Amino acid sequence: MAINYMVPEYEVVRDPQRCIACRVCERQCANEVHSYDPELNCMRSDETKCVNCHRCVSLCPTHALKIVKNNDTFKLNSNWSMQAITEIYREADTGGMLLSSMGNPNDYPIYWDKMLINASQVTNPSIDPLREPMETRVYLGKKPDHVERNSDGSLQINTPPQLELNVPIMFSAMSYGAISYNAHESLARAATELNTYYNTGEGGLHKDFYQYGPHTIVQVASGRFGVHKDYLNAGAAIEIKMGQGAKPGIGGHLPGTKSVGDVARTRMIPEGSDAISPAPHHDIYSIEDLRQLVYSLKEATAYKKPIIVKIAAVHNVAAIASGIARSGADIIAIDGFRGGTGAAPTRIRDNVGIPIELALASVDRRLREEGIRNNVSIVVGGSIRNSADVVKAIALGADAVYIGTAALIALGCHLCRSCQTGKCNWGIATQRPDLVKRLNPNVGYQRLVNLVNAWQHEIMEMMGGMGINSIEALKGNRLMLRGVGLNEKELEILGIKHAGE
Amino acid sequence: MKRVYVNEEWCLGCHLCEYNCAFANSGETYMPKALKDQKIYPRIQVEEGDGVNFAVSCRHCEDPICVKSCITGALSIDNGVIKVNTDKCVGCYTCILVCPYGCVMPASDGHVIQKCELCTQNSCGEPACVKGCPNQAIVYEDRGE
Repeated sequence: MAINYMVPEYEVVRDPQRCIACRVCERQCANEVHSYDPELNCMRSDETKCVNCHRCVSLCPTHALKIVKNNDTFKLNSNWSMQAITEIYREADTGGMLLSSMGNPNDYPIYWDKMLINASQVTNPSIDPLREPMETRVYLGKKPDHVERNSDGSLQINTPPQLELNVPIMFSAMSYGAISYNAHESLARAATELNTYYNTGEGGLHKDFYQYGPHTIVQVASGRFGVHKDYLNAGAAIEIKMGQGAKPGIGGHLPGTKSVGDVARTRMIPEGSDAISPAPHHDIYSIEDLRQLVYSLKEATAYKKPIIVKIAAVHNVAAIASGIARSGADIIAIDGFRGGTGAAPTRIRDNVGIPIELALASVDRRLREEGIRNNVSIVVGGSIRNSADVVKAIALGADAVYIGTAALIALGCHLCRSCQTGKCNWGIATQRPDLVKRLNPNVGYQRLVNLVNAWQHEIMEMMGGMGINSIEALKGNRLMLRGVGLNEKELEILGIKHAGE
Repeated sequence: MKRVYVNEEWCLGCHLCEYNCAFANSGETYMPKALKDQKIYPRIQVEEGDGVNFAVSCRHCEDPICVKSCITGALSIDNGVIKVNTDKCVGCYTCILVCPYGCVMPASDGHVIQKCELCTQNSCGEPACVKGCPNQAIVYEDRGE
């Protein structure tokens, strides 16, 4: 047998005083970490298989379990970290690319945490959102540049199609296939109740979910999986996915093992075949080509639905966004480098792209400078973690945000970052029927509704504190932000002053 | 009347309900003290099959055959809840034989029977199986039946 170079990343610590050997941990672990020894009448664990998803910890009725970082370590080295060494062992073992899931976990700057929000004192009154009106509704889409009147003086109503959101938060694209039927149902029902939108991702729309169409954004990605006329017309808007923050520049790959039954049917591909999304759209090599697809989709839907173009935040994002704003698209979605994924090559996820805060600020400025900001709405995603991030994003110029990881966390995700194994113990990123049923959508949708309602209350409190009573008045209002610990260049790109200025 | 219902679609077969039931009826306040190294005798039991799991407990039938068959009058209906008086029960197990759901079972000592009494006879307040179910597979509701 070859030498096993791997050291378990986590240790399962079981309190023998508390463990009653009920075997709930054993039954709940799809990674088969726990087992029962009938002779000793005690539980055993094999931590080499543990991904630290906390399913066993959460369900243990006596709180007998905890998962701790294994402090078994290689010889300490500031340059060659344990992770760097084990990744080499893994690649040397298999010859394959390293795969990861969810967002970039590495220690890059988080600009949200280096910006602080203003509040009113003395000379400008703050507003109490519990007593006074506070508007969180936003409309996404191209806005008219000027007012036109008929010969009798009445207004001409020629507003392009808009998405109406009660709160500037949408659920970002996660495909049926990457996540489960029950996760999709939870998102669809929550979006409907919240009067916002969820996004199909590139896996098509399950026939059961056409009923939520008015709150669905249907995606057209490079693989064109599940795209047909009824699909395009089922949604409230169509999103062309050019890129994804977790893996800019590369496509996607749903393994055949996940492409089963309804997943394959919904994608319109043979069961068990790998669903490979090419890195580029093979018909888009220029803004002009993009414009053709935008107008093809508008033509197919009778110009009734806004078209979103989603890109990953990369180096020349402002110039790219400027092109998109001239392509006929109604909304630009930008996905930052911390955005999540169901599977991506580790090196891409951890090293490609730029922070969404900087991308947003530079895109908003560029579009304003060019006088085309009203051509498009801007939606940003890629690790919006809380309502303060939402407020800061809007103050930097966003019209709304996409949340993906935060929504999955609300559904029970513990960010174990093992989606690519398809063995999600929380019933989210899996297609195994026994695991999928662990997410009861009646519970899941309510948790999503609760999350967004909580954020909405918090957003209103923060806006009230600033003396602002609508998202419109906060949008691009950079005076409401101050930087802390940022250098001149960072402040310049963000377009904000330093705290104390 | 409010009854315990199980949606097998959401039952994970985790067996937590059995342990919560045994704990609720143990009279103890600390689960490890009540259940550690003990064989448990829960009044709700998970039936496991080919990908289907289902927790079964007393249906509290409107016309309960167990009550009719009881030779000593130990089983009675109290506000719709079928209760057992263990002072009267002689452990003949007739009720166990007739229950079509298999929801009456011998108590731990084997001398009398036990069954779900919707946690009305313990300090739990509401059915412990419902309260502890991680996926809302077991619910306590009035379906007008």
